[in-house]
Amino acid sequence: MASKDFCRPDPDELLRRIQAQETGDRKGRLKIFLGYAPRVGKSKRMFDEGIRRLRRGQDVVVGAIQLKGAEHLQPMLREIEVMPPLIIAGRESIDVDAIIRRNPQVCLVDELARENPAGSRNRQRWQDVEQIRAAGITVVGAMNLQYVCEEQRSVERITGRRARNGVPAGFMHSADEMVIVDVPAEEVERSDLSASQLTELRELALLLAAQVVEEQLQRYMEAHGIKQSWSAQERILVCITPRSSARAMLDSASRATQRFHGQMLAVYVKQGELDRAADESLQQNLEYAGRLGAEIHVLEGSDSIARILQFAHEERITQLYIGHTQRKRWAFWTPGPVDRLIQAAEGIDVRLFPQTKAG
Amino acid sequence: MTGKHKGRLKIFLGYAAGVGKTYQMLVEARRLKEEGRDVVIGYFEPHGRKETIAQTEGLEFVPRGRYEYRGSVFEDMDTDGVIARHPRLAAVDELAHANVPGSQFSKRWQDVVKILDAGIDVVTSVNVQHLESLNDQVWQVTGIKVRETVPDWVFEEADEVVMVDLTPRALLHRLERGVVYPPEKAREALRNFFTESNLTALREMALRQTAHQLEEERRAAAPAMAPSGKRERILLWLTPHPSTAMLIRRGRRVADFLGCPCDAVYVRKEEGAIEPWLNICANLRIGATAIECKGNAAKAIAAFARGNGVTQVYVTRNAPKVNELVDQARDLQITVVAERVRPV
Repeated sequence: MASKDFCRPDPDELLRRIQAQETGDRKGRLKIFLGYAPRVGKSKRMFDEGIRRLRRGQDVVVGAIQLKGAEHLQPMLREIEVMPPLIIAGRESIDVDAIIRRNPQVCLVDELARENPAGSRNRQRWQDVEQIRAAGITVVGAMNLQYVCEEQRSVERITGRRARNGVPAGFMHSADEMVIVDVPAEEVERSDLSASQLTELRELALLLAAQVVEEQLQRYMEAHGIKQSWSAQERILVCITPRSSARAMLDSASRATQRFHGQMLAVYVKQGELDRAADESLQQNLEYAGRLGAEIHVLEGSDSIARILQFAHEERITQLYIGHTQRKRWAFWTPGPVDRLIQAAEGIDVRLFPQTKAG
Repeated sequence: MTGKHKGRLKIFLGYAAGVGKTYQMLVEARRLKEEGRDVVIGYFEPHGRKETIAQTEGLEFVPRGRYEYRGSVFEDMDTDGVIARHPRLAAVDELAHANVPGSQFSKRWQDVVKILDAGIDVVTSVNVQHLESLNDQVWQVTGIKVRETVPDWVFEEADEVVMVDLTPRALLHRLERGVVYPPEKAREALRNFFTESNLTALREMALRQTAHQLEEERRAAAPAMAPSGKRERILLWLTPHPSTAMLIRRGRRVADFLGCPCDAVYVRKEEGAIEPWLNICANLRIGATAIECKGNAAKAIAAFARGNGVTQVYVTRNAPKVNELVDQARDLQITVVAERVRPV
């Protein structure tokens, strides 16, 4: 690996960097306080931040607030200007036009996942937020995990309930900043969920935040033209062959990926034509990898070890799983392919598995 | 998080100075005091931060101990003083702190364990980078070798770990406003450790670590969650090579995540050369066995692994006989651990 090339940004990356800065200048920022369940204190954290910004001289307004069941927030609101909501069919909706006309620096929006009453300009509150941001206003908002679309299946498994509405993953991931409001389950007052349910939701929220942070890190590195060779998350690569021992590797990799909450990848490097039995076996192994949730890559390259290593470094792999060498003992006076792999796998753990026959 | 001590341990976990760990710890101490509990401050490092200092108002301080070393006097926590005062709960800042010379223990986490064993609850604060098993990864990401570490089992035995979250951007603003450090030190920090990428990576680690702690807690409560499939057993081969320290930390971390036992083995005639590694093993609660071996060490290690139900042998890439082990033990899983590298 020519590791020096890692630091030089290519022209495409430079372009992306400039574009990222330009859009960053136009659009208002989005900061989300994420709670793992109702009553963990996310709205209070959001208003705390609003007041701190106000006291530092920023122009802050409240765009939406959920006061029912949150009377403790009332004193905080005496300091911040509250934009009156629109009332449509007896229900409240954000007055987007009024906020844009008022043009504050920061707008606080509670309950980002709320559905607007029928007849509003947007069906969902997060769409209102997008319009406010498009006008260059920063939005600081709060919401709960059960409204994140991509998490709703998991939340339902834990609580047996599913929220009717949700915000799309794209909106969550477009946030410039996400803060996790982490408190122990025992401190959540008046919850109708059990401590173990709350703890499981808490774990889910932390992992979601970790994933969002991981993406932010990637974006940051990309925008600054830094190629990253490490990962804060475990990334496991399984080198697949037609052999049946691939299954044992994949099972181990799958267990480890789950325990680490990491990512699993599987790679096969094409090496000439396979006979029918070997090809079938290979396809079965790749399918099996797919069923276990691996991201599958079929690569080409005359030197399969070099190709695997290049791929592993590009993908910031932390653990590489491969079968033991098949070479005869007497050939060991020269280093074999697996020895080469071990010696060149900078910063990667190489886990070698016993081999069985093909098929 | 099995609650192995008589007192309860609660850890406020952060990822850098200035995220608000100490503040949160004190808020908690005050809350409990207002609920009527007997709360004291065992140790608190003010760092000149006004908002944090304000949180100590109304809380009782146990006077610091004075320790003499080579003619100088140092101040540090008076652990026995805290125990003698015997409150219901003590707030002890900076769990990873290395004590001044002449103290009872060399590390503050040892003091905390003693206080817990005396039946006193402890709330404390620490950053994720002080976790022993993350030491090499933290170096890889940030370029900083963290010297003050806390063994992973201290975390695992905590009853509660709470993540104190703040976005890197907000933290950088705090630093620029002079909330965290005085101006000169802040400028220095911004140049070195406090870069957006460092902070973001450390924050991710802290989030993942907290999630892992919660999962362990749930597992302990529900034995049915035990990992399915074959039970693993990791064996670390200790050799005199310096990268062995990294091997031990990595093996410990993987074993903890897989929820499997982790032991070490070494060839007795190398005992003198590997003594520092034996200390790391003891610190991380890894049992080490010496084997007698006159001939081929790789062969002897492989035989030991087979005879002890080991599923995975961990060896550092720089161990002299790594090729031989790989050759000898094709019936075993071998994990060859490479030193973490930093891009130049």
